[in-house]
Amino acid sequence: MAKLRTEHVTKSFDGRKIIEDISLELHQGELVSLLGLSGGGKTTLFNVIAGVSAPDSGRVLLDEQEITGQTGHVSYMLQKDLLLPYRTIEDNVAIPLLIRGMKKQEARERAREQFGAFGLEGTERKYPSQLSGGMRQRAALLRTYLFSSDVALLDEPFSALDTITKSAIHRWYLDMMGKLKMSTLFITHDIDEAILLSDRICLLTGAPGKITEEIVISEKRPRTRDFNLTEEFLDYKRRIIEALGQRP
Amino acid sequence: MKRKLQSITSKLTSASGILGIVIVWQFCCSMGWIPKFMLPSPADIIKALVTDFPALMQHSGITLLEAFLGLSLGVTVGVAAAVLMDRFPSVYKAFYPLLILTQTIPTVAIAPVLVIWMGYGIAPKVTAIVIVTFFPMAIGLLDGFRSADQDAVRLLSSMGAKRKQIFRYIKFPGAMGQFFASLKICASYSIVGAVIAEWLGGNSGLGVYMTRVRKSYAYDKMFAIIVLISVISLLLMKGVELLRRRCMPWETRE
Repeated sequence: MAKLRTEHVTKSFDGRKIIEDISLELHQGELVSLLGLSGGGKTTLFNVIAGVSAPDSGRVLLDEQEITGQTGHVSYMLQKDLLLPYRTIEDNVAIPLLIRGMKKQEARERAREQFGAFGLEGTERKYPSQLSGGMRQRAALLRTYLFSSDVALLDEPFSALDTITKSAIHRWYLDMMGKLKMSTLFITHDIDEAILLSDRICLLTGAPGKITEEIVISEKRPRTRDFNLTEEFLDYKRRIIEALGQRP
Repeated sequence: MKRKLQSITSKLTSASGILGIVIVWQFCCSMGWIPKFMLPSPADIIKALVTDFPALMQHSGITLLEAFLGLSLGVTVGVAAAVLMDRFPSVYKAFYPLLILTQTIPTVAIAPVLVIWMGYGIAPKVTAIVIVTFFPMAIGLLDGFRSADQDAVRLLSSMGAKRKQIFRYIKFPGAMGQFFASLKICASYSIVGAVIAEWLGGNSGLGVYMTRVRKSYAYDKMFAIIVLISVISLLLMKGVELLRRRCMPWETRE
């Protein structure tokens, strides 16, 4: 049984088809990457899955229940941390709880309990501008976590971070995902990142965007830091580059 | 310490321009180059400020009351207009041209009409101030609402946020900067608006007093009033700035 499934999703804007006939499955505990060129419709697909925009045709199912066009089911994280500058970190991460109607004080307390686990101790009453990029992204992840959905859509969440911070946050994210039994659908245009993190990689190419190839990364976890220096890694990379290069 | 010194020096530099003009002005008057009935010297103005102090205070009390009432009402109307125009596109379409139109009417033209309609009390003055202040507030705030980060809106919608929640968590707090920028403009407009409205009819207020001293050719007193009006406007703007810092603590934290 798939955790999350899209069936033949098609979406167009202003009469132009952006994505066509996208069917994909995300299983429990899996991390699947969606790799494609910029403007290929990855974000459009995410908006449909998150329920922010409705597809022209096709369905989105979570635990085999239809959620097409409904918000509030899967958590969503973007490249920008989108922490609101005028709210303290605790009030920022508590937003999903507040939206669900929890009282302010209770939401804050619930949020505070998790600060340690996310390495954010001592930042509760700070403003986002007082935090480093890595810390802010972790705060954004805590907010995603407090939304408490076990399916996360990550839209290039780490692309603005420097290499060292990025690899630290990668390890940390996979670790957390395992602990929380989350499944992740991940958008990236960084091929290395995709190979390093994914169980499967779906290539979204063409205009309108279609899933043209699916690559299973069979390397087992945890993947060591020098996995990206091995021959297999380069094989995967070569395959992906070739597939992305074949544009109609 | 060094920083403090720097800030004092920079303030001195900005003050030196005004100071220079005052010194030259005083010098020209003292030398008798400019006749006193045309332009009183800075010393004369200060003298008038001191001797006329009780009368000035009494009149500025009235002007300030009008400004305060007009400003509060104008800001309220402006905020309400911005919220409605942001929420309902049809309201925006219907009222925006009207809003622009109200701003093309000079206050000096509308104030006498208001006096005819509402008498010589403070009502026409307050109304004039509302007319001049609600516009910058409505436009500034509307702009603030519209510049809300669409990605943040998308994120909160994906969490299931209702329109009201999006307004409360993103649009309104996000527009605080524009709110205070507009409030600063409104505060200075409110004093100017009050004075202009008073010129055109009334029993008390700085504008009324100004017309009175002008008619008796007491130009030192008239300039004293001008100085007082400037000081009041500056103080009000400073007050808004302090309020902004209080309300937006995230702006000043490092």
